Amino acid sequence: MVQDDIKSNVLTTTLESAINWGRKNSLWPMPFGTACCGIEFMAVLAARTDLARFGAEAIRFSPRQSDLLIVAGRISIKMMPVLIRIYEQIPEPKWVMSMGACASTGGVFDTYSVIQGIDQFIPVDVYVPGCPPRPEGVVEGFIKLQDLVGKEKLADYAPAPAK
Amino acid sequence: MTAANILSKIKENFPEAVLDMTEFAGEQILHVRGPDILTLLTKLKADGFNFLADLTAIDNLTLGGYERFAVSYHLLCHQTGERLTVKAYIPEEKPSLPSVESLWKTADWQEREVFDLYGIKFEGHPNLIRIMNPDDFEGYPLRKDYPRLGRKERSDFPVVDRGIQKKKS
Amino acid sequence: MTRVTELPLETDKMVLNFGPQHPSTHGTLRIIMELDGETVTKATPEIGYLHSGFEKLGEDLDFNQYITITDRMNYLSPLCNNVAYALAAEKLIGIEVSKRTEYIRVLMCELSRIADHLLNVGMLAVDLGALTAFLYGFKLREDIYDLFEIATGTRLTTSYTLVGGLMRDIPDGYDKAVLKVLDEVDKVANDIETLLNKNRIWQDRTKKIGIISKEDAISYGITGPMARATGIEWDIRVNEPYSSYEDFEFDVAIALNGDVFDRYLVRMEEIRQSIKICRQSLEKMPSGDVIVDPGLGYSLPPKDEVYNSIEGLIYHFEVTMPNRGMTPPVGEAYVPTESPNGELGFYIVSDGNRTPYRVRTRPPSLMNYSIFSKLIEGHMLSDAPAIIGSINVIAGELDR
Repeated sequence: MVQDDIKSNVLTTTLESAINWGRKNSLWPMPFGTACCGIEFMAVLAARTDLARFGAEAIRFSPRQSDLLIVAGRISIKMMPVLIRIYEQIPEPKWVMSMGACASTGGVFDTYSVIQGIDQFIPVDVYVPGCPPRPEGVVEGFIKLQDLVGKEKLADYAPAPAK
Repeated sequence: MTAANILSKIKENFPEAVLDMTEFAGEQILHVRGPDILTLLTKLKADGFNFLADLTAIDNLTLGGYERFAVSYHLLCHQTGERLTVKAYIPEEKPSLPSVESLWKTADWQEREVFDLYGIKFEGHPNLIRIMNPDDFEGYPLRKDYPRLGRKERSDFPVVDRGIQKKKS
Repeated sequence: MTRVTELPLETDKMVLNFGPQHPSTHGTLRIIMELDGETVTKATPEIGYLHSGFEKLGEDLDFNQYITITDRMNYLSPLCNNVAYALAAEKLIGIEVSKRTEYIRVLMCELSRIADHLLNVGMLAVDLGALTAFLYGFKLREDIYDLFEIATGTRLTTSYTLVGGLMRDIPDGYDKAVLKVLDEVDKVANDIETLLNKNRIWQDRTKKIGIISKEDAISYGITGPMARATGIEWDIRVNEPYSSYEDFEFDVAIALNGDVFDRYLVRMEEIRQSIKICRQSLEKMPSGDVIVDPGLGYSLPPKDEVYNSIEGLIYHFEVTMPNRGMTPPVGEAYVPTESPNGELGFYIVSDGNRTPYRVRTRPPSLMNYSIFSKLIEGHMLSDAPAIIGSINVIAGELDR
């Protein structure tokens, strides 16, 4: 009798996968929307695409409360120090999605004032192509990121060895 | 008064300031000397061109013109709906001309923009500092001799890593 | 004994940094405000956080290539930018486009205007705590995106115009799709107004906030709905008609108080007028070609011809090769158009080469935003989002 109860009511898992399951289904994004991609990101949040279906409706504009930085739009040389600062303010664990061509590579703006890809300076986990990406594309990128979060190893979060 | 009348009067009253008057695609363009721009625009404003639609500059390095830089003012008369372009020419050695901020407040930011991108100084401007580029930016990017890809300012930032060990998979 | 609450409240001056990463700055604005308690005594806007060198880039791209860049300028209504740039280039070169092209351009501009105003009103409402209006507006905006997608192939960065015409004609049955959306727009505009107009909180937070006088509007170069909300009866579509706007009958919406509420009302009324213009343009749509032709060496041939005939392919190369085609006259042209934000002008200077010598945009956002520090002075800190929202600052256009 007791045996059966345990079988039907208790799930055994590892701590790692339980934590990852929780993390990946409740990512709190912080949109760093600067340009056109910011508008498309609004479309991702709005009724038709609705990112809430993937557990990411809690948009936080404070870096200290979020764990996913979505860089949407071109980053100028004046903005880059701000972006670096915001990235540093997000507590671990944190992930970065580079949305659109401009954030990933500079896009069409091959000029003196646009950073040619934010990944030169901050680590990026998922790149979403498009100028701007369709909302479906962003959702695809988001699912890819969820897979990534699901595969995290807790052991990786040991502090870095002193250099 | 129509634009044609105003223009002929301007040419009569300020023979030294006006360099030329041309027309292209139905638009009147008044070419003037830089230092006289404030006097001329004060007159034009009193004559009905009450709205400064746009203020910008052109680097005549390869285009040719009276001087290296031309600052162009696009005026609009709300009464008659006529538009007029005034181009003020200033030399490369002393790129400065009087500010028109006292006539139109909109000139404040637009003159700052021209200063930022072309290095043209506006005398009498209350707060002539960079507006688009960071304060430590060197050079004036819209000048023709400034490279489009810049002078490495876009790759001059610290690299941040995640600060935790991440295995490369 | 005195109660703490009865003591005189002394506050020190405080300097507050607002932005550049803040939800109600719509992107990348930064304002440094001096506060006395909650009252703003001085505000200094700092812009340029999205400066991307549009104008420098324009000197390296040819007339048609630059159209793709104009999309990214005012990303709430990219088609208006496309049209404005194409008009300036056509004036410089001296091309007359067909009547059908002009009507389709008007239709697209007005659809963009509806989408722009809907999003603007929605965002203003979100900033003041009313999420429903935003969701209503955005649902409709998606429908309008679909219309753009049918005609241009993309949702946002449309690049629909060419110098001398349009990329392609609107497909068959497009008018039915548009009419369906227009009916919906009418309903949603009514819904939004029912939600907001008589809402006590909405009125308290928008009426008598950020009042602009007529004189200030002219001095600061303010145009568009913001200027019309102060009582200036100036609409470029009526006063200096371009692209056949003289063929359409519509009213210019003006208001008299010049505050945030009036700007909202003007925008809502413009949505209704735009519906009218769209309907008329569909009714009167002339037949004909949308690309004038060729021979001038500006417009690309239709893709069908490029892929299926040798002549088309040769012509395509003629246009795109650096040393062929495109010999504009030496000169300059400034064309003002009425974008949803105000006077959007393109000023093109040409030295006779295939790339323009100088491309300047007259960004309505820059001039409209420059009055901000004057508007916020003396108001509460919480009025800042309302004023910014009502100005509708688009960073891409502001900083270029």
